Amino acid sequence: MSGVPQAELARVLREHAGQLAASLVPLIGDFGTAEDLVQDAVVAALERWPLDGIPERPDAWLFTVARRRGLDVLRREGNYRRKLAQLQWPVPAEPDHRLQLVFTCCHPALSRPAQVALTLRIVCGLTTAQIARAFLVPETTIAQRITRAKRKIAAAGIPYRVPADDELAPRLAEVLTVIYLVFNEGYLSTADQAHSKDLSDDAEWLASLLHTLMPAEPEVGGLLALIRLHRARAAARFDSDGGLVPLEAQDRSLWDQDAVDAAIHILTRAARHHRPGPYQLQAAIVACHAEARRWEDTDWPQIRVLYDLLLLLSPSPVIRLNRAIATRYTSGPQAALAELDELAGSLEAYPIFHATKAELLRDLGRTGEAATADQRALSLTQNPAQQALLGQRLDLFT
Amino acid sequence: MKYVLMFVETEEFAERFRTMSPAERGQAFARVDRWLAEYADKIGNGAKLASPETATTVRLDGAEPIITDGPFVEGKEIVSGFLEIEVADLDEALRMVRDWPGCPIVEIRPPEAMER
Repeated sequence: MSGVPQAELARVLREHAGQLAASLVPLIGDFGTAEDLVQDAVVAALERWPLDGIPERPDAWLFTVARRRGLDVLRREGNYRRKLAQLQWPVPAEPDHRLQLVFTCCHPALSRPAQVALTLRIVCGLTTAQIARAFLVPETTIAQRITRAKRKIAAAGIPYRVPADDELAPRLAEVLTVIYLVFNEGYLSTADQAHSKDLSDDAEWLASLLHTLMPAEPEVGGLLALIRLHRARAAARFDSDGGLVPLEAQDRSLWDQDAVDAAIHILTRAARHHRPGPYQLQAAIVACHAEARRWEDTDWPQIRVLYDLLLLLSPSPVIRLNRAIATRYTSGPQAALAELDELAGSLEAYPIFHATKAELLRDLGRTGEAATADQRALSLTQNPAQQALLGQRLDLFT
Repeated sequence: MKYVLMFVETEEFAERFRTMSPAERGQAFARVDRWLAEYADKIGNGAKLASPETATTVRLDGAEPIITDGPFVEGKEIVSGFLEIEVADLDEALRMVRDWPGCPIVEIRPPEAMER
C-alpha cells in the first residue's frame, strides 16, 4: 500500500474536485454532465493515488482525467464538442464558482437528504460509496438520490447562482443547516469510525470554505467556530474502551487549547457584525464550556443568558430543556425541575427529558420518582447505540 | 423557461372565502388582479377551474372505463386552476409564487417538452 495518508488524499481530492466541478458547470452548461466528469476523475484518483502517490499537481491531474472522460461523452453526444474544446485548466482569473455550486446543491426545491448527498458528492468530492457508508444506507439509495436530484436541477430549472440579496438570508440558512447536519452525522455517529469517512472533517471543510467565500456573514463564522470548538475537544470524548465520557468527567488537558482559542477568535470577529444568530449563540455556549479549565469553573450564568437569547431567536422545547440544565447550576435543582415540568407535554417522548428529570429528582432526594424517570428514559432508548448517541447529544447541548 | 403553476385550494380556504362579505371578496379578487397585472408579461394560458362538484373523472386502468362524479382525488386539497408562466428559472418562479395572494398551495412544475 501507499504512503499517502487517507486524510491527505481526502483533503486534496476535496479541494480540487469541488473546485473543478464548480468551474466546469458554467462551461459545460449542464450540472449533471460536469459532475459526472469530475466524479469519474475522483474515482480514478482514489484508485491511482494510493498506489502512485499524490501527483505534483493534483488539480491538473484531475482535469486531464475529467477531460478525457469528457471526450468519451463527446463521441456519443456531439453537442459537447465545442464546449469541451474551450476548456482550460486552471481557469484563468475566474471567480470561485464553488459558492454557486453550494447554493445549487442546497436549493430548497431539493429534499434535505438530496441536498446533503449532492453537497458531499459534488462540493466535497466524496464518492457515493463513501457517502453511503457514512450514513449507513445502501449505495444504490445514495446513487438514486443524487441522480434524481441532478435530474430535478436540470428539468425544473434550478439556477446555478448565488441568490440575490433579498433571498440570501433564508438560502444561506439552508446551506448552514446542511453543513451542520453533516457535522452532526459525523460527530454523533456511532458507525464504525475506522471504516467510514469522518464527515465532521468534511463539515468543517465546508464551513471554512464558506467562511472564506462569505467573510461578511457572521452566522457562517458562528458555524465554523461551533464545529471547531467541538472538534477541539474530541480527544477527551471517549475512554479507552470507546465509551462516551460525560463533559464533567472529561480530562480537559486533552482539549486542544490552541484550537479552542482560534475558534473563539473566529467567533469574536463574527460577533463584531452585531448580527447574532443561532450558530453564533450555540458556539458561544460551547465556548463557555471550552474556556473552563475545570468543570467547577463553568460560567453557568453566562450559559443561561445565552440560552435565553437563543430561545428568542429560535424557540424550541429542546433548547428550553438545555436552559433548564443550566438553571440547575445557577439556581438549583428545584428551579430547574419547575422549568422542566413545563415541557412535559412537548418532550414526553424525548429520552433526555426523562434522564434530566431523573438527575434533578435525585438531587432533591426523590429517589423513587427518579428511578421511574430513569426507566422511562431507558424505555425510550432500547438500543445501546442510540443511548450512546443521546448521551453525546446531551453533551453537545449542555 | 416554461412552468405550469397549479393552484390548490384547501377546505379552510374555501370556507373562509364562502364566509367573506361581498366587499372582502371584492378585495380578494382585486389582490389577485393586481398580481396578474404585475406579472402580465410572464403569464401565458391558464384558467380558474369551476368548483369540484362540476368535475367528472374517468378511470381507464380497469377492464372498462369507469366514470365517476367528482375530482380524481377525494381530498381536502383540490386543484382550482392553472397558469403557464415563462420566466428565467425556478428562482424567478418561486419569487412570483411567493407573492401569490390567492389559494394557500401552489405547485410549480415544468411541462415536459421544454427547450433545452
